[in-house]
Amino acid sequence: MGKKKELPEINASSMADIAFLLLIFFLVTVTMDVDTGITRKLPPPIEDDSKVDFNQRNIFEVLVNSANQLLVEGKEGNLATLKEDTKHFFLNPANEINLPEKKLENIDLMGEVFVSKGVVSLKNDRGTSYEMYIKVQNELTRAFQEMRDELSVEKFGVKYNDLTDPQKQEAVQAVIPIAISEAEPEDIGGTK
Amino acid sequence: MPKISTASLPDIVFILLCFFMVSTTMRETTLIVKFKLPEATEVQKLEKKALVSFIYVGQPVKSTFGTESRIQLNDQFATIGDIQAFIATEREARDEVDRKFLTTSIKADRDTRMGVITDIKQELRKAGAFKINYSSRKISRTK
Repeated sequence: MGKKKELPEINASSMADIAFLLLIFFLVTVTMDVDTGITRKLPPPIEDDSKVDFNQRNIFEVLVNSANQLLVEGKEGNLATLKEDTKHFFLNPANEINLPEKKLENIDLMGEVFVSKGVVSLKNDRGTSYEMYIKVQNELTRAFQEMRDELSVEKFGVKYNDLTDPQKQEAVQAVIPIAISEAEPEDIGGTK
Repeated sequence: MPKISTASLPDIVFILLCFFMVSTTMRETTLIVKFKLPEATEVQKLEKKALVSFIYVGQPVKSTFGTESRIQLNDQFATIGDIQAFIATEREARDEVDRKFLTTSIKADRDTRMGVITDIKQELRKAGAFKINYSSRKISRTK
């Protein structure tokens, strides 16, 4: 019985390394519920009644009533076309008289560009559902995002989100600011 | 048969433990309102979780509190009037340098009426918390 063959012991010292690699792999890949949402900046409260007077042609009015219906520029609107309408309004490609003015501005890295003075004014009723409101906000955001992408591709050859140079990002932001105003609350009919 | 060395087993277990500790985010507040977030395609990630304060809006979990949309701040029900104080304490809890980066995330149920949200927004404006985030779930674009 004394001729027990001595097997070499398995070297387990690399086990820790393997486990470590596994750990790192998990840490990198697993994203635990990331909070996402639509970010907006609220305007500061109005002190007195120093109303900012916007030229009517510069305002794109979007109303959502308590029955979740859209009124865009005085006409019945549609969520599916809202994005295109917003883009058309803001960019005013044919320089129409009832669409926003444009100002020639000199912007770093871009040179002389037309900057639209358009502002989207989003109004809602107290009875509007939050879901509808977010849908409208989403479409508006998308319109601006697409305009930024188009401009960015035209000027720098990549989409806005792929721009790595913060200066380029700022240039695009300067030409197309997210001009969405969440207007002062007021009741737009249909309130129960 | 020689025994396989189990000397590294504690390490492995320890690593697993570490993994779970790091990856699970502890829910600091127990939710007493339930909400189903709305969906959107153009969402942004909320960076720096430590600089986010949450306002929850939804139906109470316990039906004894009714079915009306309620606001939850920290661990309890709140009214519109409590929001300014809430923002003030949230701000107090952060470093001075970080205060201006404070974001308020509104986690509201998709069926909430906008009246509540508008009231909250007005209060936030008065409190000077201008950066807000309408929390929504990301869905992919259908074109």
